[in-house]
Amino acid sequence: MALTHTRGSEAERSASLPDAVPEAVPDRPVAHSAVVAGLEPVAPTDAEAPSAVRTRRWTARPLGVGVVGLWLSVIVLLPLAALAATSLEGGAGGFVAAVSEPGARAALWVTVWVSAVVAVLNAVMGTLIAWVLVRDEFPGKRVVNALIDLPFALPTIVASIVLLSLYGPSSPVGIHLNATQPGLLVALAFVTLPFVVRSVQPVLLELDRDVEEAAASLGASNRTTFRRVVLPTLAPAILGGAGLAFARAIGEYGSVVLIGGNIPKKTQVASQYIQQQVETDQPVNAAAVSVVLLLIAFATLFVLRWAAGRGRAREVSS
Amino acid sequence: MKVSTPTRLTLRVVALGYLVVLLLVPVVLILWRTFEPGVGAFLDSVRTPAAISALNLSLLIVAIVVPLNVVFGVGTALALVRGRFRGRGVLQAVVDLPFAVSPIVVGVALIMLWGVGGWFGFVERSGFKVIFGLPGMVIATLFVTLPFVVREVEPVLHEIGTEQEQAAATLGASSWQTFWRITLPAIRWGLTYGVVLTVARALGEFGAVIMVSSGFPGVSQTLTLLVHSRYLDDHNTYGAYAAATLLMGLAVVTLLLMTVLDRKRSTR
Repeated sequence: MALTHTRGSEAERSASLPDAVPEAVPDRPVAHSAVVAGLEPVAPTDAEAPSAVRTRRWTARPLGVGVVGLWLSVIVLLPLAALAATSLEGGAGGFVAAVSEPGARAALWVTVWVSAVVAVLNAVMGTLIAWVLVRDEFPGKRVVNALIDLPFALPTIVASIVLLSLYGPSSPVGIHLNATQPGLLVALAFVTLPFVVRSVQPVLLELDRDVEEAAASLGASNRTTFRRVVLPTLAPAILGGAGLAFARAIGEYGSVVLIGGNIPKKTQVASQYIQQQVETDQPVNAAAVSVVLLLIAFATLFVLRWAAGRGRAREVSS
Repeated sequence: MKVSTPTRLTLRVVALGYLVVLLLVPVVLILWRTFEPGVGAFLDSVRTPAAISALNLSLLIVAIVVPLNVVFGVGTALALVRGRFRGRGVLQAVVDLPFAVSPIVVGVALIMLWGVGGWFGFVERSGFKVIFGLPGMVIATLFVTLPFVVREVEPVLHEIGTEQEQAAATLGASSWQTFWRITLPAIRWGLTYGVVLTVARALGEFGAVIMVSSGFPGVSQTLTLLVHSRYLDDHNTYGAYAAATLLMGLAVVTLLLMTVLDRKRSTR
């Protein structure tokens, strides 16, 4: 085990700080818990503060931290740094020129637009499905509940093939979405289905039904109760799930590669444009659009985190 | 909030209808198309030399990626939970980074780093093929699966605290003994869950791998690349369905394992 004692004052200090310990768990972004949430959603395990008796802090050996840091750098950071460097090979002007090429602009626009529609669709349908799964009873509910996770378990290329078999050229119902924007929409809705359902479900389970009854007994209609009582409580979870779905959708490739058709300026999404630029040996274009895609994803996740933090703060203060 | 029966039924029908149209019908349809010509045809299609080599390659990648992720994942989780060092917050953020990066972007970034003209281009120029070879596919898979083990082990480490480890150390156990006898048994279910997620993602990864693979049938095609090339290049729709069904089977096994492990974890 790569553990040893620290010596000196910093150790005592951090041990005496009450908030020094479990910070990593609340920090855990929603992204992960939503991605891997099992079938029965569990509230994130709140780490109990380790016993206050401990006076000596344990800390990772510098060597261990060094190895871990090196590993993460080589696998994650250096590739991204090389990407950023390539995107700036032609200077800031080159970057702007690469991103504002008509093909690049169109691909980014299609990506963001379709992803936004998918996020909204998920917000509505995901909440509805979560509601039915929590508040309704019907035979086979457990199977349906398990089915929700299927898109996460299914490889994206399989999702593409699966959707093509129903909505593709040999569709048995005569619906041809191949190489159309609705086709993109269906593919992205498929792969992002679990996000909102799995983030709303646990909140709905914990929702205090007394408040709803109180609202009803005070004469509020169902619509009013939902709008004024239920929805505000669910809103952070819905937004969080929809945001994750958006972030996932803008980078999606496998599920749209077959059904999207890759028609420039119509159904070509950013990831397909990037691949095309690599294949035609235009690395700066590919890198620049990649960086834009990354920035959109980071911005989305940052806003989500900030909103979640604000929500928590409000909860604490109220 | 008491919903009237008609409203409840409407909501139920809408929710289930959406799931049926989006999930169930396509999946059932592909199963039906795969097995309609008989199980024999399916078996023939997934036993062609290209398919067998694709399955082998996918499993080989899993076999390389999983041990690396276990060792470095547990190491990272230990450093994040027990470590007090500058830059811990940065480390936290870096671990989550792969979740936010599009698979295609992963592939492009790896080409920029390991490709002939990249920062580490000397490796490629010295004759060791990274991009368009097995190492590239392994590194791409490592990138996308990196968070799973860390993020599953981390909360467990938080929960168990260090009392038992300290007790073991007090009783004279060496660091290794403490790790094997105390820490590892405590984190085993979290670790297993992380490994299952890693395996599922490694088998199913497509975008990052297609960017760094040469994609030759029988040489550098994983199962997901096989599905893609059969459908698009060979116009072998049935073959693509069959390979997709095989992958789907693996995914369902993963899903079942996840359910079982999740229950095990929570009852522990």
